Amino acid sequence: MFDFLDLLDYPFMQRALLAALLIGLAAPAVGTYLVQRRQALMGDGIGHVALTGVALGFLMNTSPVWTAVAVSALGAVAMELLRSSGRARGDIALAMLFYGGMAGGVLIINVAPGGSTANLTSYLWGSITTVSPEDITAIVWLSVFVLLVCLGLRRQLFAVCQDEEFARVTGLPVRVLNLLLAVTAAATVTVAMRVVGLLLVSALMVIPVVTAQQVTRGFAVTLGLAAALGVLVSLSGTITSYYADVPPGATIVLIALGLFAVVSLLALPLARGRARRALPREAGAAEPAEPALTPGP
Amino acid sequence: MEPVIALTEVTAELGGRPVLRGIDLTVAPGEAVALLGANGSGKSTAVRTAIGQVPATGGERTLFGTPVRRFRDWRRVGYVPQRSTAAGGVPATVREVVSAGRLARRGLRPLGRADRAAVDRALGLVGMAERAGDSVNALSGGQHQRVLIARALATEPELLIMDEPLAGVDLASQRVLAGTLRALLREGTAVLLVLHELGPLEPLIDRAVVLAHGRVERTIDQPGRAAKGDAGAAAEGCPAGLPESHPCHPADESEPSAEAELQTGIL
Repeated sequence: MFDFLDLLDYPFMQRALLAALLIGLAAPAVGTYLVQRRQALMGDGIGHVALTGVALGFLMNTSPVWTAVAVSALGAVAMELLRSSGRARGDIALAMLFYGGMAGGVLIINVAPGGSTANLTSYLWGSITTVSPEDITAIVWLSVFVLLVCLGLRRQLFAVCQDEEFARVTGLPVRVLNLLLAVTAAATVTVAMRVVGLLLVSALMVIPVVTAQQVTRGFAVTLGLAAALGVLVSLSGTITSYYADVPPGATIVLIALGLFAVVSLLALPLARGRARRALPREAGAAEPAEPALTPGP
Repeated sequence: MEPVIALTEVTAELGGRPVLRGIDLTVAPGEAVALLGANGSGKSTAVRTAIGQVPATGGERTLFGTPVRRFRDWRRVGYVPQRSTAAGGVPATVREVVSAGRLARRGLRPLGRADRAAVDRALGLVGMAERAGDSVNALSGGQHQRVLIARALATEPELLIMDEPLAGVDLASQRVLAGTLRALLREGTAVLLVLHELGPLEPLIDRAVVLAHGRVERTIDQPGRAAKGDAGAAAEGCPAGLPESHPCHPADESEPSAEAELQTGIL
């Protein structure tokens, strides 16, 4: 405990921990919707595009956080438009985004005065010492936006991600909600890039969610538990990173994976028990417990 | 009385391939209409075009007298899509899925007590009230289908559209579904069903419209009566004051040959 207070004496650590707390909440909140829609890799795509945004910030000598928000939001919107129009297969659109974002970032950073790929390293892998007071302002505002959208429009976004055609027939503004979710995911990536790093951002959007859903039955509960696990791993990862002098992003992700493994092992008997309890109720029914997918028209 | 659905000479394409080649279809208030036909005959596309989910390339389509493009009163429509469209990557409880039906009335506003009551009623109607807290992934195919129907019923619609509600559904759930439909028709809800076969719903159907190659091949009034002489159940949902041609009128008898074809044939 003494050590922990000691750690809070440093302003850079205060900022890093505040950033970690907000990321831990925001990333799994958005991630729940992406995982539900089977777009777990979307965070990675946006992360790569954000790299171009960061490099653009260096080139224009402005804050890389805001250029990253702008460019990754554009990338996410483009991805969403491609997905919803059905013109390109989702995985191919994503692959293009990976390559374009990475190549754009490397090219632009080398054009920037005095820039080299070394400037990008802290953005790629995250760093607790580089969260500046200006970064914190941006991170706080962006997280507030992300959490307001993810919690305030929980039912609407759930409906859209769960069954888009049904959502359209209820008269929901499905296109607007999809674009809003894409922009929210982009904002989350830029919030998380300072601490977790662009290449590992997506892990914090996905791993807490898949960990939580091993033990949950409902969507809201999964969302809440994922955010709680997100805070747990991002704070403990940041603190470990301080003491062990290792990059925070990698530490957070490895802790998250460890937690996933532990919960999976603990959830095994739980799932078996549930299956046993479900069996008698299914007795007499002409089909298996798993809903069989009917072929399309 | 104004039809709840009216398609006139509607054409539509999917991926550049013509699927509907001029369909006429009307559903009157309180009427139960079944769309039948072989795979690829355009049944699903016809209902999805009627509710604006597939763009029409020609013809006219209205919902409650309003052209579909300008139709905004979605609380009057309950839609049960084909079951395959509703699988998510994150668990969701039965109640959470059914609550989505209330968004047609609430839009972006939060749900309140009246919404919870409507969700409870819908769950009760399909006999899934005690599974409200269970994950939809733990349900059988028939139970899953009942949840999707409850979701549409939670909207409290005047028109219920169901796309293949019997596909992969066990007998117990088929009976529950028939009972639910009977109750809805008694309350005056119009129902449009896409079906592979009439099955246990046969006595409830006022009119069966058979599609082939994107056109209406033939219309069979009261297929249930033709088959079993059981007109009582089918006529229950019929409002008064319908034209002579309406299937509720005793003058309409379907051809005796219809029965055999409905039982086997392309269905």
